[in-house]
Amino acid sequence: MTLSAQDVTLAGRLSGVSLSLRSGELTAICGPNGAGKSSLLACLAGLTAPEAGTVLLDDGKLAAIPGAMRARRIGYLPQSPQIAWDISVEVLVSLGRLPWPDAPSETARAAIEAALSAMDMGHLRHRPVSRLSGGERARTLMARVLATRPDWLLADEPLASLDLAHASGLIRCFRDQAKAGHGVVLVLHDLACAMNHADRVVVLDQGHIAADGPPHEALNEDVIARVWGVNGRWLGEPGFRALSLP
Amino acid sequence: MNRRLILLLLAALVLAVPLSLLAGRVWIDPFAPQTRYAAVIVFELRLPRAILALVLGAGLGAAGAAMQGFLRNPLADPGLFGVAPGAALGAVLSFWTGYAASAWLLPVFALCGAAGAMALLALIAGRDGGIALFTLAGLMISSLAGALTSLAISLSPTPFAMSEIVTWLMGALADRSWREVWIATPPTLVGIALLASVGRSLDALTLGDAAARSLGVDPRRLQALMIAGIGLTVGAGVAVAGIIGFVGLIVPHLVRPLTDRRPSSLLVPSALAGALLLLVADCLCRILPLSGSELRLGIALSLLGAPFFLVLLLRMRRGLA
Repeated sequence: MTLSAQDVTLAGRLSGVSLSLRSGELTAICGPNGAGKSSLLACLAGLTAPEAGTVLLDDGKLAAIPGAMRARRIGYLPQSPQIAWDISVEVLVSLGRLPWPDAPSETARAAIEAALSAMDMGHLRHRPVSRLSGGERARTLMARVLATRPDWLLADEPLASLDLAHASGLIRCFRDQAKAGHGVVLVLHDLACAMNHADRVVVLDQGHIAADGPPHEALNEDVIARVWGVNGRWLGEPGFRALSLP
Repeated sequence: MNRRLILLLLAALVLAVPLSLLAGRVWIDPFAPQTRYAAVIVFELRLPRAILALVLGAGLGAAGAAMQGFLRNPLADPGLFGVAPGAALGAVLSFWTGYAASAWLLPVFALCGAAGAMALLALIAGRDGGIALFTLAGLMISSLAGALTSLAISLSPTPFAMSEIVTWLMGALADRSWREVWIATPPTLVGIALLASVGRSLDALTLGDAAARSLGVDPRRLQALMIAGIGLTVGAGVAVAGIIGFVGLIVPHLVRPLTDRRPSSLLVPSALAGALLLLVADCLCRILPLSGSELRLGIALSLLGAPFFLVLLLRMRRGLA
């Protein structure tokens, strides 16, 4: 399965971006502020229609797929998810089943249970979201996306505002999803996280792709100096790299 | 939880409707029906009035629940769309021009006013209008319709027309007949059905615009169905009873803690609770011993609603502090 962008352009945000993403991989989209990362993710999720160019899901145009069908295949976790009503964890996770037909089914039940259990939220299922910690809230929102059982999982800065343990738990979940054959695409600001956990990194700079490839190539020190304008040095062993800045 | 609540509300309605038929200035004893004209009072005066209360209350309750879900704001009221002031302006113009003398034309004028407000709202909010633009457009239409209504009142051709307009604007179910039931019921039921059809989209909106779109919600379709649903329920209500405020604000609040808080779970219980509230409030207005005439329903609900709104605001302020 592939999700690809062909010459995708959005005025002032993206100019002629082309890339093809494969399922079974964890791809990180990195870049400085205003590089167009979230815009690209929104185009790939089918939420923003590009002014020029096309987004293809497998071989079909994403824009031609009806909303509910698209939602069943692409799960999207926004940057700062809001929760308007004080619903319980279980009700929130069940919202992930909205793209599927209305009838409550065994499949729906099983998907919600599996999502709650994958995010270790089963014991808090009846708790209102207002009484969750930041980490529990992030896991619940992630469980909502998993409950849809999408082929693709797109998340915009999912680790922002999470402490070390919760961020590590969430990134493990993304890795498991990729291992299970799903396509995972994350917008990440934490370059060390992208370096250590992604299979592929796409670096965006001012709406263009500045680098695309395995993390050690796409995030090498030259690219970081050129795109972010800082002379960083990678320290440590592969898988445990840390970026040291002057 | 929801099914139990719905059954409870239905049971309350089954009890309240017969009681409302017996209560009034003239109390009717069902076990000693020697009251003169009892059949006329029940079947020609109180039954249509009770049905109208149920229909309008259900419409306002469902509209309030849908509106709060759509705007993701517990303080939202169906009046925010400007449909009610639009309908009121239409009705006032029928008094002003003298067409209100024909009982069918007053609601027709009001429905045209509601339709005009809906069309204007759709035009201003546009195809990609966000919720903020939508709310501001509604406020602008409310304000414009209110100003034009005041202008029409100030330029009333006769003092009698002015008094008629002012009394009508206060909102009431007194002296309504089967004709008003036939006028208001079909659009209200269609409106409730439209609002019920967007329940799942409103659930998705709980997580914000982007997440809702990623769950397959089409914002333009949702906006169009909301305008039509709110327009039909609120417009039909104003067309036959004048402006009855606060039901759409109060009812979803009272019902929400008894549901799982999803907007879709709130629609049917809010409709039933709205019907119950309006029926009981109308009954109380009827039996309150006021000299001269009875307390207008619109005034009674505003008197009840304003402190409720204030308590809500104070509670929210405490939550934010």
